[in-house]
Amino acid sequence: MIFFVALRKELLEQWRSHRLLVTAVILVTFGLTSPLLARFTPEILGLLPGAEQFSALIPPPTVADAVGQYLKNLSQFAVLLALLMTMGSVVQEKDKGTAALMLVKPLPRWAFLGAKFVALGVTFLTATLLAAVAGYYYTLVLFEPLDLWPWLALNGLFLLFVLVYLALTLLCSTVTRSQVAAGGLAFGLLILLSLMGSIPRLGDWLPGRLLSWGGELALGGSTPAWGALGVSLGLIVAALVGAWAIFRRQEL
Amino acid sequence: MAAIRIEGISKRFGSVQALDRLTLAVEPGTVFGFLGPNGAGKTTTIRILTGLARPDAGRAWVAGVEVGDGKGLARRIGCLPEEPACYPWMTPREFLDYIGRVFDLSAAERAARTRELLELVGLTEVERRRIGTFSRGMRQRMGLAQALVNRPEVLFLDEPASALDPAGRREVLELIGRLRGQCTVFMSTHILADVERVCDSVGIINRGRLVTEARQEELLARYAVPAFEVEVENGAAAELAAWVETLRRQPWVAAVAVDGSRARVTVNDVVHARQELLSAAAQSALPVVRYEVVRPSLEEVFLRLVGEEGER
Repeated sequence: MIFFVALRKELLEQWRSHRLLVTAVILVTFGLTSPLLARFTPEILGLLPGAEQFSALIPPPTVADAVGQYLKNLSQFAVLLALLMTMGSVVQEKDKGTAALMLVKPLPRWAFLGAKFVALGVTFLTATLLAAVAGYYYTLVLFEPLDLWPWLALNGLFLLFVLVYLALTLLCSTVTRSQVAAGGLAFGLLILLSLMGSIPRLGDWLPGRLLSWGGELALGGSTPAWGALGVSLGLIVAALVGAWAIFRRQEL
Repeated sequence: MAAIRIEGISKRFGSVQALDRLTLAVEPGTVFGFLGPNGAGKTTTIRILTGLARPDAGRAWVAGVEVGDGKGLARRIGCLPEEPACYPWMTPREFLDYIGRVFDLSAAERAARTRELLELVGLTEVERRRIGTFSRGMRQRMGLAQALVNRPEVLFLDEPASALDPAGRREVLELIGRLRGQCTVFMSTHILADVERVCDSVGIINRGRLVTEARQEELLARYAVPAFEVEVENGAAAELAAWVETLRRQPWVAAVAVDGSRARVTVNDVVHARQELLSAAAQSALPVVRYEVVRPSLEEVFLRLVGEEGER
């Protein structure tokens, strides 16, 4: 099937361009260091001259700190990576002429776009899985074992959160004429969603809530955020369908 | 049935009328030269015919399929853009294999076609080198190879040789010439010598309008100037001048222009001139080194037609 032909090319590109490697290294690094930072921050502070009194004020680190650090660090860097890696994915091919070269062939535009999204998704899935293993192991060593399924659920929700930004940035890359414009527009959307997420009640419906839900799940208690889950899935679908609807009308 | 039929296509970009009711037809199996100055509308025509752009008005058919209805046109055509951009991180072998997959060729077909095309365009020795390291000429040949993977019925070439050095240009034009009869080639260019060398038919476009369309010989014959050129040995300029004076009195001579040891004789009656001119030269004991019927070049025809169009 033609989609898998396009996907094979995109996956090969992820590999050859070292995007998969870079994403994996960054996420694994934060997966490893987050429990470490949570565990040793009070001790590090205590070693700093003049900061001993602050060290005494910090409560002893718990597994909740490790999970919190993991989510905070990973989400910040993963979203930035998602923007950087996706902003040029369509606009660059249009600009360089590879899109025109390929799309006069029997390669439908939906497959062209869809393969890009899935390949980026696979890259982040792989990197998230590796980061999850690293984070789980160090949390186990430094704190206590986490329940496996909730931990996987946390990482699944984190991945869904990243996929929202991947899809939105892909849409931006489709509608704009330059990589910088695509990146700027995507960053604007990121800021907008973050600001909206801080509004009480409204935030419960936005992708950012997936992270806190994941954190709660991993620590044993949870208030499900099905609304945020539905909105996130809806945003992904809307962004992809929107990108396709615009791209199929674009002249190359 | 024409391999390419265009009926009244128009396309506007803002205030620029890129194509203005363009109508033309290209016979199957021929090499068609689409000639025009820069900005005449050649690339826009190709973009419309390959489905990359939509016309504001008019219709077109390629290989019997109406452009824009999305039913199998892509499988029947090949296209080489002006600046072919292949994925720089792929090798030629990988890229042709990928194109073969897009056309749903079997593994054996892909392997054979890749080998065949790399040999055809002379890239076998660099088949494992990344395309990103290729020179402009090599990328052009790579572009041509990718356009031929599916053995297209109609091949669109946008300025295929304009960026190449003389040797590369000759190779590409020879390659295009070899495709005659196998597929219909629609080649846009502003290089007249390329069209003269390889094309069967010519369409001249200027400011989005088709100025003329004909087989190359017909076009040259249509705009042929009834003239002869006589060249004498160096140092025989005085004899030539005397002969020209006698010639000017002949009723079948319209004008004579002398340039050093050459005289260009424009005549009213070609048949009569053929009979009389050489014998007149012989009678005057003129030391003739060259005598020929002047054949207009495509360049002269092009400049005349485009010039006339510009004056309107």
